[in-house]
Amino acid sequence: MSSVEQLVRPGVGAGLADTFRSRFLLKLLVRKELKVRYRGSVLGLLWSYVKPGVQFLVFYLALGVFLGLNKGTENYAVYLFSGIILINFFSEALGNAARSIVGNGGLIKKIYLPRELFPVASVWVSGVHFFPQLVVLVVACVFSGWHPSLLQLAAAVAGFVIVALLATGLGLFFGAVNVYFRDFENIVDLLLMVVTWASPVLYVWTMVRNTLGSAFFTVYQANPITIAVEIYHYAFWYPTTSGTAQLPPHLVEIWLPVGLAVSLAVVFIGQFTFRRLEGRFAQEL
Amino acid sequence: MATAIEVRNISKQFVLRHTRSLKEALVWLLKGRRGDLSQKFFALHDVSLTVEQGESVALLGFNGSGKSTLLKHISGVMTPDSGTVRTRGRVAGLIEVGAGFHHDLTGRDNVYLNGAILGMSEEQINERFDSIIEFSEIGEFIDTEVKFYSSGMYLRLAFSVAVHTDPEVFLVDEILAVGDEPFQRKCIAKIKELAAEGKTLVVVSHDLDLIPQICERGVLLEKGRVVLDGPVEEVVGELRRR
Ligand SMILES: Nc1ncnc2c1ncn2[C@@H]1O[C@H](COP(=O)(O)OP(=O)(O)OP(=O)(O)O)[C@@H](O)[C@H]1O
Ligand SMILES: [Mg+2]
Repeated sequence: MSSVEQLVRPGVGAGLADTFRSRFLLKLLVRKELKVRYRGSVLGLLWSYVKPGVQFLVFYLALGVFLGLNKGTENYAVYLFSGIILINFFSEALGNAARSIVGNGGLIKKIYLPRELFPVASVWVSGVHFFPQLVVLVVACVFSGWHPSLLQLAAAVAGFVIVALLATGLGLFFGAVNVYFRDFENIVDLLLMVVTWASPVLYVWTMVRNTLGSAFFTVYQANPITIAVEIYHYAFWYPTTSGTAQLPPHLVEIWLPVGLAVSLAVVFIGQFTFRRLEGRFAQEL
Repeated sequence: MATAIEVRNISKQFVLRHTRSLKEALVWLLKGRRGDLSQKFFALHDVSLTVEQGESVALLGFNGSGKSTLLKHISGVMTPDSGTVRTRGRVAGLIEVGAGFHHDLTGRDNVYLNGAILGMSEEQINERFDSIIEFSEIGEFIDTEVKFYSSGMYLRLAFSVAVHTDPEVFLVDEILAVGDEPFQRKCIAKIKELAAEGKTLVVVSHDLDLIPQICERGVLLEKGRVVLDGPVEEVVGELRRR
């Protein structure tokens, strides 16, 4: 018998590191989500291409052509869409992660497993749904004469990482506190409603700078979502334009690392809170 | 023999009334934490229990005496307010068969998902897959979504996955009454086989005729306290007298 093994305290995990160790289970949880989502539909995952495709066409026609926003911002539909897919990703990831612990309560109170898996799986699933939207965006960009540099492509990857980390950190935090007070579900919904407007998705960043002044603008700009959205404009929209539009200064050299740092800090806070609260999940659920 | 489970003076208090609303909690805090939000009771009170490797122990007691709560502490699902729990080797807590089964997935997907939840690796599941199916006698229904299973079939598959996880320590809570008569016998035979192989078992069951067939030692819980710990016949006899 394995008497070489030590006596250990059960139910003490290693936090996010455990999700890496249990990556097989993580994979199965993600696959389960996807299977359940598209169960009984003939087109299956193809739907996640159709929806953003139609969304883009609507933007292009209704906003760009009919409302004439193309006159103010070149390729307005591409501009809007490149920001919106990040917001979609963030909203889905955080919304589901915040509900993931309560949603999996039946399991959590019966079997011990690293509970971080649930918020992380939620973010992962949203990442899978992000991909088709990205494909639609790239197709739209190519049709608009996209010619990105390597730096712009690398920045786009970093932008995604910023949002994924932020969603994971906030997902851990709200997922944990939601067990104690279900009010936090509504707080998350509120937050997600504000997020779209707190970043230059529908409007242009210069409008904010001109109204807020540079001090407040720095605060506005420190929001990781704002940074990521601007990076997406820089990577996808900007290379389709004539290049006369003004980009936020120091976007890649300063703001991109700031965004990563803020998101990482949020992951640490989220993980810390989660670990403080997870000991009582089983009895509170 | 080495110790498999060591429970030392653990206590666990639960609140009688949970609140899920911030408003209620704020009002309660503003009132200086008075009122019914804070009412607590001991679900486990200074419980100590040492189980050696290879022992099979029955946890007995009336409804609400704290048996499931104790198992949850051993499996790590709950942590005690005071005292310590330590275990050696992998522990499988079969608190309820089928926890972690998803109705919209097929039997096959559920075997993988549930196996991974109970701590098996991909290779282990691949390796034991045929044996799991054979034991469950599910046959051709394995690729049917489990929501179309009869409740007995569902339990068979779940039980079959659970006994194939091959941990050092098995915690079994009320899952012996699975399926029809023949399958139930098969389950009990399997549990006995595990015990004979030298696995550590902690079994909760209200079936007082069955318990002495599986376990040698009995522990009687009453209102969160251990009141008797000895040979299983003695403890079952005591419980019957109450
Ligand atoms: N999460 C919880 N919050 C509050 N009270 C709880 C919680 N879990 C269990 N209890 C209470 O703790 C007591 C012991 O419960 P437990 O489930 O351990 O009993 P048991 O011995 O398994 O009973 P049974 O034979 O009915 O299965 C019960 O009074 C129950 O109401
Ligand atoms: Mg019970």
